[in-house]
Amino acid sequence: MLMKLFTDLMGWVDQRLPVTDAWNKHVAQYPAPKNFNIWYVFGILASIVLVNQILTGIWLTMNYEPSGAGAFASVEYIMRDVDYGWLLRYMHSTGASAFFVVIYLHMMRGLMYGSYQKPRELLWIFGMLIFLVLMAEAFMGYLLPWGNMSYWGAQVIISLFGAIPIIGDDLTQWIRGDYVISGATLNRFFALHVIALPLVIVILVFLHILALHEVGSNNPDGVNIKKPKGSVKPEDLSKFTFHKQYSGKYDIVDAVPFHPYYTVKDLMAIVGFLFFFCWVMFFAPEGGGYFMEAPNFTPANGLKTPEHIAPVWYFGPFYTILRVVPDKLLGAVAMFGAIVMLFLLPWFDRGTVRSVRFRSKWHLINLIQFAICFIILGILGTMPATPIANLIGVIASFGYFGFFVALWFYSKNENTKPVPERVSY
Amino acid sequence: MSNVPVNNGRRRFLTAATAVVGGAGVVGAAVPFIASWNPSARAKAAGAPVEVNVGKMQPGQLIRAEWRGKPVYIVRRSEQILEELSKHDSHLRDPSSAEPQQPEYAANAYRSIKPEYLVALGICTHLGCAPTHHNGDFEQFVEGVPNGFFCPCHGSTYDMAGRVFQNVPAPLNLMVPEHSFINDGTIIIGVGQDEDKGDA
Repeated sequence: MLMKLFTDLMGWVDQRLPVTDAWNKHVAQYPAPKNFNIWYVFGILASIVLVNQILTGIWLTMNYEPSGAGAFASVEYIMRDVDYGWLLRYMHSTGASAFFVVIYLHMMRGLMYGSYQKPRELLWIFGMLIFLVLMAEAFMGYLLPWGNMSYWGAQVIISLFGAIPIIGDDLTQWIRGDYVISGATLNRFFALHVIALPLVIVILVFLHILALHEVGSNNPDGVNIKKPKGSVKPEDLSKFTFHKQYSGKYDIVDAVPFHPYYTVKDLMAIVGFLFFFCWVMFFAPEGGGYFMEAPNFTPANGLKTPEHIAPVWYFGPFYTILRVVPDKLLGAVAMFGAIVMLFLLPWFDRGTVRSVRFRSKWHLINLIQFAICFIILGILGTMPATPIANLIGVIASFGYFGFFVALWFYSKNENTKPVPERVSY
Repeated sequence: MSNVPVNNGRRRFLTAATAVVGGAGVVGAAVPFIASWNPSARAKAAGAPVEVNVGKMQPGQLIRAEWRGKPVYIVRRSEQILEELSKHDSHLRDPSSAEPQQPEYAANAYRSIKPEYLVALGICTHLGCAPTHHNGDFEQFVEGVPNGFFCPCHGSTYDMAGRVFQNVPAPLNLMVPEHSFINDGTIIIGVGQDEDKGDA
């Protein structure tokens, strides 16, 4: 009786909006390669963190006061007087760092298994746009507590735009809305942080997933699981029912429906992730001074620069690249160039073999050196500038950019291993 | 459709004309959104000039004033400090103040109106930190130069005329803001030497 009522209701809705069809297309009958490994959980973890950020963010705005005079005090008010305010804030601040942890791992997965290669270039670009907007979102969010590191960090980043010839000074004044960073800057950053950029991120995530489902998920072998129609013997076809969007065009092998197979598997990953997340949130919410820096516990003061200005850890790699170049304009160009290189990765890689499993030893070495250089750059970004740190930073920067240059050269005629027809698992 | 009489030229013209008019509307509508990001009237008023009394300063002393929310360093330089200024020109990026980091009336060897008083923004030209004043113990940063400014952020160094040393991240000398003397003991920051002080 109740079941029939539900079926009738869904039928009524489906005639007016294809809900069941969309559910099948993107969840219950979406063909996911069956050889996914642990590296394939970070996308879903990023979505979980995004939901966490949006929810806790909305709740924080209920008590936060976006003004130069009230911001710092209202954050202390949230921490001390609002019931569970401290928890909501720590969920949000720990979430920011967790976001970058999972995004960096998610990107590393893409590098290892060639998930950016044809035909997934646009999917990669949407992902990179999310990364870019996420950095802007995090940067603006970091100004909002109006602590002294908020203030001086923003001072450093905004003055980067001053390096642009001719319009630089006017541009920085326009961004700040004042001759210095002030309440005006805080208010516009607040507006962008809570409305504009989250909206953009949600739209980009939507496009990222649509683009993914159009071209299909890659896998650790980088082997296509969608074969040309009619090329696969019936007994080799995947036994599951997939949406006609996919099975109508291709013969699908080695795939399982996303739901329930990967929803259940991802649930395990989410549980594990939340254990780790909660441990940080409850026992080390300041992240040893890396998630919340010591000078940020004093209010913003334009006349007192902190002893050592360091960005939050997730900007470290790019900040180091900025700082090792002994020229302001070229430093900013190098920093933004480091991100542009990532955008162009699908065209730097001229190879056709996707997974590192079947690529040359050079590629494996190049990937490892890139990851190591990235981590070194990140560590240096949080440390004071000394001559020796500078030297290491220069070397690691060369390693970073060298990854792309070397890739372009060797990928044309790379000595790859034979790629199997089917995935291994 | 092929037998429907269509004047393609007219259609293209109307499409283009509509797009241009619509585009102009979009540009017009964008103006308030972009212009609202400029400093407001209140912010501009808060950026009014400030007067500083320098009559009681000791030689070698530095005082900080705040103008437009920025720290302004005023240093009364002793004879000895002024003499030292000419001794390390070869280690400076811009010893003769060629870059427009000062009003024309301060583009001289001392980067000031009166040699005795240096007026400069205490904002490192690298990324905007506040350099610290080292009176007598600056040789730890630059050999043979006893006085100067050191930026704790990324190690940029400046001499007592705010001129930047070579091989540091900062590209330019410290900015000398528009300023002038109302009388012997009072500096006004934000009004240049040639401007009408009545407006201040």
